[in-house]
Amino acid sequence: MIALTDIERGKYSNIWVVAELLSGEIQSVTHELIGAARALADVRKSEVWVVVMGSGIAIQAETLFAFGADGVIVVDDHRLTGFIDEIETKVMARLINKYKPEVVICGATTRGRALIPRVAVKMSCGLTADCTGLAIDLENGDLLQTRPAFGGNIMATIRCSNHRPQMATVRPRVMKSLDPDPKRAGKVIREDVMDTDADKVKKIIEVFHSTEMAVNLADAQIIISGGRGMKGPNGFNLLKQFASIVGGAVGASRAAVDSGWISYAHQVGQTGQTVQTKIYIACGISGQIQHLVGMQSCDMIIAIDKDRGTPMMQIADVAVVGDLFEIIPEIIKEIPKL
Amino acid sequence: MKIVVCIKQVPATNDAKIDPETKRIIREGLKAILNPFDTYAVEEGVRLRDKFGGEVIALSMGPAKAEASLREAISVGVDKAVLLNDRAFGGSDTWATSYALSKAIQKIGDVDLVICGKQAIDGDTAQVGPGIAAHLDWLQATYVMAVEDVTSKSITVKRMHEDGYDICELQLPAVITVVKDINIPRVPTLKGRLASQKYEIPVWKPVDIGADIEKIGLDGSPTRVVKTQPPPPRDASTKRIEGTPQECAQALIRELRLSSIV
Repeated sequence: MIALTDIERGKYSNIWVVAELLSGEIQSVTHELIGAARALADVRKSEVWVVVMGSGIAIQAETLFAFGADGVIVVDDHRLTGFIDEIETKVMARLINKYKPEVVICGATTRGRALIPRVAVKMSCGLTADCTGLAIDLENGDLLQTRPAFGGNIMATIRCSNHRPQMATVRPRVMKSLDPDPKRAGKVIREDVMDTDADKVKKIIEVFHSTEMAVNLADAQIIISGGRGMKGPNGFNLLKQFASIVGGAVGASRAAVDSGWISYAHQVGQTGQTVQTKIYIACGISGQIQHLVGMQSCDMIIAIDKDRGTPMMQIADVAVVGDLFEIIPEIIKEIPKL
Repeated sequence: MKIVVCIKQVPATNDAKIDPETKRIIREGLKAILNPFDTYAVEEGVRLRDKFGGEVIALSMGPAKAEASLREAISVGVDKAVLLNDRAFGGSDTWATSYALSKAIQKIGDVDLVICGKQAIDGDTAQVGPGIAAHLDWLQATYVMAVEDVTSKSITVKRMHEDGYDICELQLPAVITVVKDINIPRVPTLKGRLASQKYEIPVWKPVDIGADIEKIGLDGSPTRVVKTQPPPPRDASTKRIEGTPQECAQALIRELRLSSIV
């Protein structure tokens, strides 16, 4: 690919965040990304701008100043209801060409992971997925993007020196948001969706909000996860109770999902989700490698199992040996008393 | 309809060992397998062909040994397979990979639908599917959990989101990436295995697909890995808790309190 010259690169400035919306609401990952962008912009002495695309979202967009944004670019249009990758790509491409951001950061969510690769190809620029660390080279503005590869077994640092903007996605809960300062103010730019943006795009026929699908494992601080040892759907009801009292999400091994005890949306591991939560409690999960690669980067792993010899009980930071059908009800009973 | 399924060969983790020091998987010496997510893409391609007619072609870019994954696709019913293999493709990032695959799809010609797995288990980027769609300027749907309907001009799919799902209709040609709930992949038959062994897999070079040499391989890749390092190791010690259910529960709650969870 044709590399940009220093002069061309110099035309790009500011750190952009693409706001994540679910059901028309700005999600907390947006605040986290603004926190990360703020740190980069302070080093680079540039500004943090957030692109908010949606319908009826103009007022919400202004809440982002408190989290560290210097400005918001609001694209408020009924055609941005629901997620139409093709429209959002064209809008983003036009905004990037117009304002030339040095860096664009987006949440590594189902929407972000669909949108931003399409934008990166259209703009002929590099994109690094699921960054766990972002730093910026003060001299030339190169973004140093660190990401895990191969289920967290290797950390790679990536640069895109010859192309601008530099694009990265970051998973929810990886970066820290700043404490909101309601006194902070910022600039608002309004941009439109053009008719040509909405040309040749998919048609959304129906949207379903489902709590069953709302297992944003990546968004949880604590995951209570169950495997074959849960013995059936009733075992998972126990885990759901446990999760609800600690404000966690329920995860599952492939064995439990394949047995039909809980839906695929809960599956952690190679063919499910990769999670990096603060605490992961594995209940009756033996710890096949395919499961371990999906959760071994969690800060703290607690395993509960009768069998002390399973791989999960070996890698766990805390291994509780015992009958989980006795221990978990005891926990559920005790925690509310605290 | 003419369907192309893009597949990738990845290192297998089935028989991997854990490093006792770092508590992470030892990557060296792993066997190669077909990316698990791609098995669902292959199955969906075969099912759609069986239902709506036409043909399904498996396409992969990788080293010569990646043909084993293409044979696996043939063994479960894929009609044809193509391997993109050349030194010049080496070192391609997701931009360059999706460019090369998009050129091969154009070379195959008259393709109605491209199916990819949600992501590959080695890179985990989920970028190549949307990248192909962008290079071809086709519509895309990611995280597809069901194909609801297909007509000569369109495909209707169910997409998974964090807060539910939606059903959308895409004019063909289009690219979809699929998740595990879409189907249960079949096991190859003996006949399928034999057919896959006999199949001669064409190998295409950059010139065969009309790829611009500056857009493939390391030179065509905007991203550069400048450093790799092992991740911060986990603490190798395991604290073991045993006792009555009450004692275990108390000890576990204590751990949660230390982490400020409760």
